Order: sequence, then C-alpha cells, then structure tokens
Amino acid sequence: MSEMTGSSETLVQVRGLKFSYGRRVIFDGVDMDFLRGKVTTIMGPSGTGKTTMLRMIGGQLRPDSGQVHVDGQSVPELSRRQLFELRKKMGMMFQTGALFTSMSVFDNVAFPVREHTNLPEQLIRDLVLMKLEAVGLRGAHKLMPAELSGGMARRVALARAIALDPLMIMYDEPFTGQDPITVGVIMQLIRKINDTLGLTSIIVSHDVAEVSAISDYIYLISNGKVIGHGAPSQLAASGSGWVTQFMHGQPDGPVPFHYPAPDYATDLLDGAGHE
Amino acid sequence: MFKVRTIEIMVGVFVAIGIAALFMLAMKVSNLSSFAQQEGFHVTARFQNIGGLKVLSPVSMSGVRVGRVTAIHYDQGSYEAEVDLVITGSYDKIPVDSSASIFTSGLLGEQYISIEPGGEERYLKQGDRIKLTQSALVLEQMIGQFLFSKAAGDTTQ
Amino acid sequence: MLNWLQRLGRGALDNFAGLGRASLFLGHTLSGLPSVLAHPRRVIAQLHSIGVLSLVIILVAGLAVGMVLGLQMYNTLVDFGAEASLGPAIALTLVRELGPVVAALLFAGRAGSALTAEIGLMKASEQLSGMEMMAVDPMLRIVAPRFIAGVLALPLLSAIFSAVGVLGGYFVGVGLLGVDDGAFWSQMQSRVDFYDDVLNGVIKSVVFGIIVSWVALFQGYDTVPTTEGVSRSTTRTVVYASLAVLGLDFILTALMFRDV
Repeated sequence: MSEMTGSSETLVQVRGLKFSYGRRVIFDGVDMDFLRGKVTTIMGPSGTGKTTMLRMIGGQLRPDSGQVHVDGQSVPELSRRQLFELRKKMGMMFQTGALFTSMSVFDNVAFPVREHTNLPEQLIRDLVLMKLEAVGLRGAHKLMPAELSGGMARRVALARAIALDPLMIMYDEPFTGQDPITVGVIMQLIRKINDTLGLTSIIVSHDVAEVSAISDYIYLISNGKVIGHGAPSQLAASGSGWVTQFMHGQPDGPVPFHYPAPDYATDLLDGAGHE
Repeated sequence: MFKVRTIEIMVGVFVAIGIAALFMLAMKVSNLSSFAQQEGFHVTARFQNIGGLKVLSPVSMSGVRVGRVTAIHYDQGSYEAEVDLVITGSYDKIPVDSSASIFTSGLLGEQYISIEPGGEERYLKQGDRIKLTQSALVLEQMIGQFLFSKAAGDTTQ
Repeated sequence: MLNWLQRLGRGALDNFAGLGRASLFLGHTLSGLPSVLAHPRRVIAQLHSIGVLSLVIILVAGLAVGMVLGLQMYNTLVDFGAEASLGPAIALTLVRELGPVVAALLFAGRAGSALTAEIGLMKASEQLSGMEMMAVDPMLRIVAPRFIAGVLALPLLSAIFSAVGVLGGYFVGVGLLGVDDGAFWSQMQSRVDFYDDVLNGVIKSVVFGIIVSWVALFQGYDTVPTTEGVSRSTTRTVVYASLAVLGLDFILTALMFRDV
C-alpha cells in the first residue's frame, strides 16, 4: 500500500491507523485517502476522534501503529525540524479560531508570514490585506480578536491559515455553534478558497447538511472504524442502517437512544427498596 | 507603533530603577565604596592563632582603617596561620619592624588586625612579611591562665 | 486496603511523571534561549508585563516592610542601648533574607499567577496548538522570552525592594525615632559586606527568579485546557512557587551564610 504514497492524486494517505488514549481506543485500523484539489470530510458522532485525526495528519500526535503520509512524507517518522517544514504547507482552522488574543487581526494574519519569511513590512501589509479581502474582513484589520463575533474570528483564522499559501487546509468543526448566515458564509468560503487556490481541504464536522453540500467525498467513522465512505449522494442513498441513521439524523437505530441499563420496570421497583 | 515605544520606555525606566537600587545597595548600604580605593600592596603576617579573624576583616593603624585581610591559610612548614593583607597604596610608610596584633573591637565585636609602627627607616613594600606578630587572645586560654596563676599564687602564699 | 495502596502508588507515579515533564520542560525552555537572544524585543515586551507591572506592589511592600523593621528593631535595640545598630540590622535582614524572599513571594503572586493564567488560557483556547500548526514552536516563541524576562526581572525587583526597605527603615529610625543619621549609615556600611551580603542576596533572587518562572510557565503549559483547569493551575503556581522559594531560601542561606 505504501508504494502508492508518491501518487500525485493523493495528498494525504492514512493506512492501518491505530491509536488509543490510555485504554480508550480511538482508531482501530483506519484507512483514508484525501485527494488533491478536493474537499474531503470526516464525519462521525461526537467523541469519535475526528479532531484526533487532524492532529495525526499535522504530526501533533503519533499513531500507535499504521502510516500517515502527507505529500509523500511519512509524518510520524519526521524529525521536529522536518515536521515544521511540512507544517508550513498546511493550514489549520481551529474550532474556536485560536486567534492570538494579544494581537490585532492584522498581526494575527501577518504572524505566520513574519515568522517564516523576511518580507519587507510593506509587502506583508499588501499580502495580509489580500488574504483578509478574500474572507471579506479587510475593513476589520485593526480590531482585536475580543471585538470579533465567532464567525468573524473563524474567517480571520481562515485568512491566517492561507497566509502562507499552503498545499492543504484543515478545518476543525467549522460550523459548530454559528448562526445560519455565518454557516453559509463559511461554507461558501471553504468551497471558494479550495477551488480558486487549488488547495486540498479536509473538514471535520458532524453537520450533515452543510458538509453534504460542499464536500466531494465523505468518510464516516464510528467506534474507531470507517463505516462508510463515498460521495455525499452515495452515502445518503446508502443501505447501511448506521449510515442512514447518521445522515438523516434519526434518534434511534443502530446507535440506541438509551444508554445500556437494566430493565426499566425492575430498576424502578428495586430502587424503592434501596432508599 | 506608539504603544511599542511606550512599553520600551517603561521597561527602560524599570531597569534603570532596578540598577539604581543595586547601586544604592552597593555604595550606600554595603562596604563596596570602601573597597573602591583598595588598590594597594600586599604583605603577609604569620600568627600562632588567628582566633575569629576572617577574610575581609579590617586592618587598622591607630584605629584608622588602612587595609583588609585578603586570604588566610595554614602554613604547614611553620605550623602557623599565614594571613595575607592588602594595605591601601597611600599608606606606604609603615616601618618594616612594625608589629601586627589581632584585637577584638569591643567585648564581643569582630576581630581585626592592628599594626603598631616600629622605628626602622625602611618601609614595608609589596610581598614583605611582618615578622613581629601577636596572636588573638582566646578567651578560654586567658581564663585558664588566670585560674592557673591564681592557684599558683595561692600555694606560694 | 488494596485500593488504598493502589491509589498511593498511582499518586506517586503521577508525581514522578509531573516532575519528569517539568524537567523536560525546563530543558526545552533553556534550549530555546539562543533564539530568544536573537529577538530581544520579545523579552522587552515581557519585561513590561512581568517587571513593570509588579513594580508598584514591590515598592509599597518594600517601604512597608522597611518601616515596620525600623520600628520593631528599634524597640528591641534601644533596651540594650544599641540603637546605632539599627542600620545594619535593617539592611542585613533586607538584603540577605526579606528582600529576595518577600519579593519572590510577591512576584509569584503578581507575575507568576498572571503568567500561568495567560499561558493556560492560550492552551485552552488552542492558541498554542495553532502556533504549532503554523510551524512556530510555542516553547521558543511564548515560553522562553517569558522565562528570561522573569529571571531578569526578579533580581531587579528584589534590589528595589531592599533599597526601598532600607529607606523606609531610615525614615522611621532616623526621621521618627531620632537615631543618629551618621551612625545609621556608617554602621550599616561597616557591617554589610558587598560580596557576602549584597551579591549573595542577588544570587538568591536569580535562583528564585528561575524557580518562580519555571513553576509558573510549566503550570500554564501543563494545565488541563479548561476554565477550571486554568484556575487550578494558577492556584498551584502560587502555592508551589511560594513553597519552593521558602524551602530553597533555607538551603541557600545555609550554604551562603554558614560562617557568619
């Protein structure tokens, strides 16, 4: 399998990935491919380690076993220096935006540029304003992060993520907790930036409708395994009970509504004796 | 830009105050100012017993401070303590036959070296040794001697 | 019983793991020092938030401690007719002990807790993680400049504390209680040694600066990334840093002033 890592089609390749936090198994043999130029989404219920997958790709966590290749390089085997080189080609938008609260919007977007290049300040200014224009917030460059709404903070974070013109960009729960207008704006931005900049996008989310609208390909994970993948339309029409339950948001199904418990009637009757 | 400059100025003021405080501790509070003119010449002296003398203890003549002790070590050849002193350069007319004694300032004060001038025309210079010395008085010895002589006196009577 | 033993063993292992993490953290911080020296401006910004903002509390506390020392010591010394020794008594107490120790305790409370909270919140809001993903090492960019600033600031602060304290003692002793002005200073100068007392005090405060900055930064960096975790880490910083300062002060005093 690993001989395919140099493939020009696939930017990120995950094979046989296993990972656990203590005794809790997060991934139990996961295979995924993220194709260049496409928007690929990892979906699954809360707590299934979707964000953990992004951290594996970014090299912040190492898998217990299995391979993660990004642009032909095996991420877990990279030295710290090589990893930092690779990360310059990655952008990441965190769930909360993760803007530096002590810096203005402008300085936040300029941060990666100033850290990694020696461009003159005039050029940095032009660059930053261009990136902010792309997310529609050029006018807000003097504001501090505390003055931004949640949606604006994410858009600034997006501008910062693309400041160094990366190969790929990762979105951690980009729609969570946003109003419908903001969700629409972010959806449109993800798609537009992906297509105009020729990026590869990886989204982690559990917002079915939004993700289905903008993704080229979706992976569904649950209990440490990939339980369904395909284009959004394929998944929606899937015959698998679990996939159907998730994609259509049904309360009961293969994932039960009730937490495992003893029989209801006996539990209530027993309880009276205990008091 | 203005903010960065304000911060720099405030940090500058802070560092200046801190250094001024250190300077005050050095010059006003401690004895560093009296070391400032410590350029001088070194002489040595051997004592049978230095008592509580320490490095940096003062060296004085007629009660005036003229130098300080720079090193103390035990000389295995003569079975005596060898004390290095530095004498301030301006006090360059100390006769070579002067004597050095270890005294205590007050009843319980610190010990210091007192130099009694001799009568020679030649003066001490760098590297010389003060040959006439008188050891520190050790209280236990004095009491012992006193009791002994008292007892001896009693028997002769 | 077994449960109790298990918990004890687990607690011990957790503590060792914490100590190990803290040591690695210090090593990592120290390895970042050369890169900080290349960017002195980052240290200046931190000197402002760590040093300048602690200045007021240090000045006020130093003055108060010096005045109280002057008053109390005078009352004792005057019984022996030794009020001329007020100067050296105040100066030695401040320069050797109270200056470095009290300044370090105040520093832990004022700057240390702020450092922990700042870094803990940066961790909780994924700013540190975000920085790592931007290929910037937060140990070099965030932690190391603060460490240097802390180690530089505390000796200056405790020198200021001691100096202001001596002045406070002077106001009370000479100004209020009528100790002779000349005796106050001359006795002080003859009894306080620059190397033995003042420099050892400075060495103490450098050591305390290292300890307090280390504890504060590590607690922030190692925090549980939640609001509750940050508040606990902040408390731990003040408690651990203060205990470490007091314990180390005893050891350092024993090492430095054993023959005095």
